Amino acid sequence: MISAAGLTKVYGGKTALDHADFAVRPGVVTGFLGPNGAGKSTAMRLILGLDRATSGSVTVNGRAYRDLPAPLREVGALLEAKAWHGGRSAYDHLRFLARTNGIPKSRVGEVLDIVGLSDVSGKRAKGYSLGMGQRLGIAAALLGDPGTLMFDEPVNGLDPEGILWIRRLMQSLAAEGRTVFVSSHLMSEMAVTAGHLIVIGRGRILADTSMNDFIAANATSHVRVRSPERQALGRVIAGQDWRAAATDDGSILVYGVTPADVGDLLHQAGLRVHELASVQPSLEEAFMRLTADSIEFHGGG
Amino acid sequence: MTFARAVAGEWIKVWTVRSTLWSMLATVVVTVGLSSLLALAYTLSYDRLGIRARLAFDPVAYGLAGLNFGVITLGVLGVLVVSTEYSSGLMRTSLSAVPRRSKLLAAKAVVLAVIALVVGLISSFLAFFASQAIFGMRRLGAGIGDPEVLRAVTGGGLYLMLIALISLGAGAIVRHTAGAITSVLGVLFVAPIFGVFLPEDWGRTVQKFLPPAAGSAILTTRETPITLPPWQGFGVFAGYTALVLLIAFALFRRRDV
Repeated sequence: MISAAGLTKVYGGKTALDHADFAVRPGVVTGFLGPNGAGKSTAMRLILGLDRATSGSVTVNGRAYRDLPAPLREVGALLEAKAWHGGRSAYDHLRFLARTNGIPKSRVGEVLDIVGLSDVSGKRAKGYSLGMGQRLGIAAALLGDPGTLMFDEPVNGLDPEGILWIRRLMQSLAAEGRTVFVSSHLMSEMAVTAGHLIVIGRGRILADTSMNDFIAANATSHVRVRSPERQALGRVIAGQDWRAAATDDGSILVYGVTPADVGDLLHQAGLRVHELASVQPSLEEAFMRLTADSIEFHGGG
Repeated sequence: MTFARAVAGEWIKVWTVRSTLWSMLATVVVTVGLSSLLALAYTLSYDRLGIRARLAFDPVAYGLAGLNFGVITLGVLGVLVVSTEYSSGLMRTSLSAVPRRSKLLAAKAVVLAVIALVVGLISSFLAFFASQAIFGMRRLGAGIGDPEVLRAVTGGGLYLMLIALISLGAGAIVRHTAGAITSVLGVLFVAPIFGVFLPEDWGRTVQKFLPPAAGSAILTTRETPITLPPWQGFGVFAGYTALVLLIAFALFRRRDV
């Protein structure tokens, strides 16, 4: 259980996190969704006490992270960037971590098995691939068998097999009753992994709700229609009191209507129809609608 | 209890990278090797020295002169213990495991101090016996039982321990390997040049109090006009070390990682 109250971080005059209130509960994968630079990593660093909050507070199991006597036994974190020394082997990296938190040495072998690094655990980590490094970070997070786990952009650098693996891992950890908090800017990934969502944009918490409620509240199903007589199509649709948007490929999206409404209208107008489809709302659409004005940098990836 | 765990973790950490053993070996080789070479050079040119130079000769300080070069190798080790955690990103993991900042840095300091003291003592004693054996060819050598000698040789180990600690402080303050090493070597090797150019008496006094001269005063067994008395000098250098560590702890506690 992670609770933040009024959590704020200002870096040299720039507000990275702005009075964030949220709670991450056990038993479900909570997705932390937001564009790059929205404040996800900042929030996670504040939870771990790596950065000092400008104001507000955040606790894990009711206590500030720095007050946990054996923090790795309560919280495991996979941080965004590489967080190990390349000159040390995976085994030695985990061994020293275990030692600092009074975790038995036998656990090191167990987590190496879980993440599939046993064969290379004696080799120096600088030779590891991106995916292997990610697995080492996950092994470190699992080391203390903690009740709370945080993963910052965990699928970065993983191959499809690895992505599937970590998705299942997170879901099974949540199913065991643990608190699982995972950040991502990839909506497709979030949509299949998370059951609960905390959405962040420009340092502000925009939503803290279940995945289904979030989509239902922020996106509506719509109808996509395409006709070879483009201008006439546009005129006819515009003549109605509908909310509609033209797309780059020449089709028109009409919101809050059924395909029957649109089909009947075009039949009366005598227009030829090449496509008429009902589109279900997606997380992506809901997210885009919600964060349309809170994305700091457009384009560029 | 938990501090002991933090120390145990740092102990594992320091022995599981290659740079530790290399720095230790390099320290012994460089200090003992250079002490022996300098002793040899002095012994071979002894006949050409004037009476005053012969009278001022301190076989112990001369024989331990190579320790001053251990500053480089143990200084580098002291810096690396902290700076590589920043360059690799490991510091975030370390602080996740030991979130109390002062506890983590103190654990590092304890482990480093033990290693540097052991290596420093080994270097100092080996340098002493090697150099005195060479001086012995001309009956110039001192014995370990002579007055002040054991203090000077043991002091050599203590001096190198402080060097490592002051470097650890620099590493924590600067957070970049190259920058920290440059500042340590700058202060310890370049600062004395500054003293040389200050006018007469004043310059001489300043020079005595500059870090390297103050720290290496512990190596002397005879009074000289250019150094403080041994323990005084050592005390001054310990003061510098404490000051640097104080700043390092204050910054380490406050900064974001």
